[in-house]
Amino acid sequence: MIVTQGLRKSFATRGGRGTPVDAVRGIDLTVGPGEIFGVLGPNGAGKTTTLRMLATLVRPDGGEAVVAGADLRAEPATVRRRIGYVAQGGGTADAVTAREELVLQARMYGIGKAEAVARAGEAMEAFGLGEFGDRPCGTYSGGQRRRVDLALGVIHRPRLLFLDEPTVGLDPPSRAQVWEQIRRLRADGMTVLVSTHYLEEADGLCDRIGIVDHGRVVAEGTPEQLKKEIAGDAVGLVLRPGDRPRAEEVLRPLEWVSGVETAGGDGADDGNEGDGQPPELRLYVDDAPSALPQLLRVLQAAGVDPVLVQLRRPSLDDVFLARTGRPLDQD
Amino acid sequence: MKLLRDTWLVFQRQVLIMIRTPVWIAVGILQPLCYLLLFAPLLKSALATSGAHSYADAYRIYVPGLLSALALMGGLFTGFALLGELRAGIVERSRVTPVSRVALLLGRALREVVALLIQALLVTLLALPFGLTVRPLYLLLAFLLLGLTALMASSVSYGLALLVGGDAALGPVVNTIAQPLALLSGTLLPLALAPHWLRTAADWNPCYWAVEGMRALFAGDAGAPAVWRALALMAGLTALAVAWSARLFARRIR
Ligand SMILES: Nc1ncnc2c1ncn2[C@@H]1O[C@H](COP(=O)(O)OP(=O)(O)OP(=O)(O)O)[C@@H](O)[C@H]1O
Ligand SMILES: [Mg+2]
Repeated sequence: MIVTQGLRKSFATRGGRGTPVDAVRGIDLTVGPGEIFGVLGPNGAGKTTTLRMLATLVRPDGGEAVVAGADLRAEPATVRRRIGYVAQGGGTADAVTAREELVLQARMYGIGKAEAVARAGEAMEAFGLGEFGDRPCGTYSGGQRRRVDLALGVIHRPRLLFLDEPTVGLDPPSRAQVWEQIRRLRADGMTVLVSTHYLEEADGLCDRIGIVDHGRVVAEGTPEQLKKEIAGDAVGLVLRPGDRPRAEEVLRPLEWVSGVETAGGDGADDGNEGDGQPPELRLYVDDAPSALPQLLRVLQAAGVDPVLVQLRRPSLDDVFLARTGRPLDQD
Repeated sequence: MKLLRDTWLVFQRQVLIMIRTPVWIAVGILQPLCYLLLFAPLLKSALATSGAHSYADAYRIYVPGLLSALALMGGLFTGFALLGELRAGIVERSRVTPVSRVALLLGRALREVVALLIQALLVTLLALPFGLTVRPLYLLLAFLLLGLTALMASSVSYGLALLVGGDAALGPVVNTIAQPLALLSGTLLPLALAPHWLRTAADWNPCYWAVEGMRALFAGDAGAPAVWRALALMAGLTALAVAWSARLFARRIR
């Protein structure tokens, strides 16, 4: 549905003075039909710029892309007809109602008046806008507004939908509602590309994700694949003083254990000194729940009795950390 | 035809928003009324040297100038509305659709034209009791000229808004253009009162000719060279302004 190669964009700073901002330095992505694909990255990573390029709003400086079966550079008009795009900040006028916006949006896609009115009615139903949809948009709550934006983005039934940070600033129930709507669209056969800087969103909503940092894709795959690449699950052992050498000695040879290393006791990566907590022996196993009993047996046979066993499945944050050297959540 | 249909679509939307903003309408009506009712009486004596010996004469000189100023200023300041829409993402939402780019501009500019023509009609009607007389056909021509002026001014304003990009910057830019343009057009006081050098400068200002054309029409002199010159100049200038602004609209991406 989308294939991009080396997509680039830099913005000249105002007045042409200063160095240009390299917003996107080379994006290679493949999005299959029927996927919910997540573009995950911190603020300023280039998510919005990437989406705007793919939605024909910004001309790329370099690179190629085929979007919904049409070449982005050669046939932007065809791309435009086949896609829907919902901007990060939405785009409704305060003085008009959701229904009026829906009709207008359908009409702008060339749909006749009667059909546009019918579709607006259907969309009001499908996105649950009935309660407020005939009030002016200026009076909506954040969650209501987002649902209207979503309905506007798909009024012409595109094959491919771009959503730029669809749940940013929403409370958990509203976020869950938006996710529900996105899943429903996918079930109807739509391909959805969402950008987000929420780990849970990438993890829980998306089939596949591309992690973007400083305008480049640093990892691409299903959330599970990416987390697996961190070499399985992490187990932290807090040992009695003096037990560590013995434990390392028996654990290192085991072929189902990898990466035995000392880490700060606060669950951070090595190098980061823990805040007063005892240092732990960190090791990775393929599947912690099944490996744990075995692990304990081996330790016991060697006369090592762990004080504490901590078990943590790697998160996308670990993935981001491994690929970029810094954590994603730095708010 | 797609362009016409899309323009109509955008125009309708803009009108709807305008109707829903009553404050805007109130200001739009009150402002010209103030000029008409509070400023014009001063003019009778001021315009005496230009041959105004009665209120009717004063209004015949003053009203066409006021209308031209309204069209020019109203048009030039409409870029602020566009900036608001850009900020709210409304323009971007239209730009992902296949809607005609020129229509996005024309629909907005035409709303401005219609609003200004309604204002103008109101002013003209209110001036009638003071003795203003104008033949309907000439009034129609005058309004054509006004419409062109407004379309030109709002296209320029949209273009400037796209180029400049922010409220803070657009204000001074528009003011610097609007002030000398209006003064050099003799909108409020005819330039016949001005020294020679000022009149020479005005000769190079197309808006001056538009105002002269308006005055000739209100004076009942449709055959005056100023009339056809004004129409031709304004038509050409408007076409240029629309083309320039539409090009920016299609290209500038914000
Ligand atoms: N029109 C523009 N002019 C100049 N710089 C820009 C422009 N648009 C984006 N940038 C810069 O490009 C970089 C990437 O911006 P972008 O909006 O794509 O990030 P993002 O990943 O969407 O961030 P966020 O999560 O905050 O929305 C930023 O450094 C931003 O300041
Ligand atoms: Mg963004």
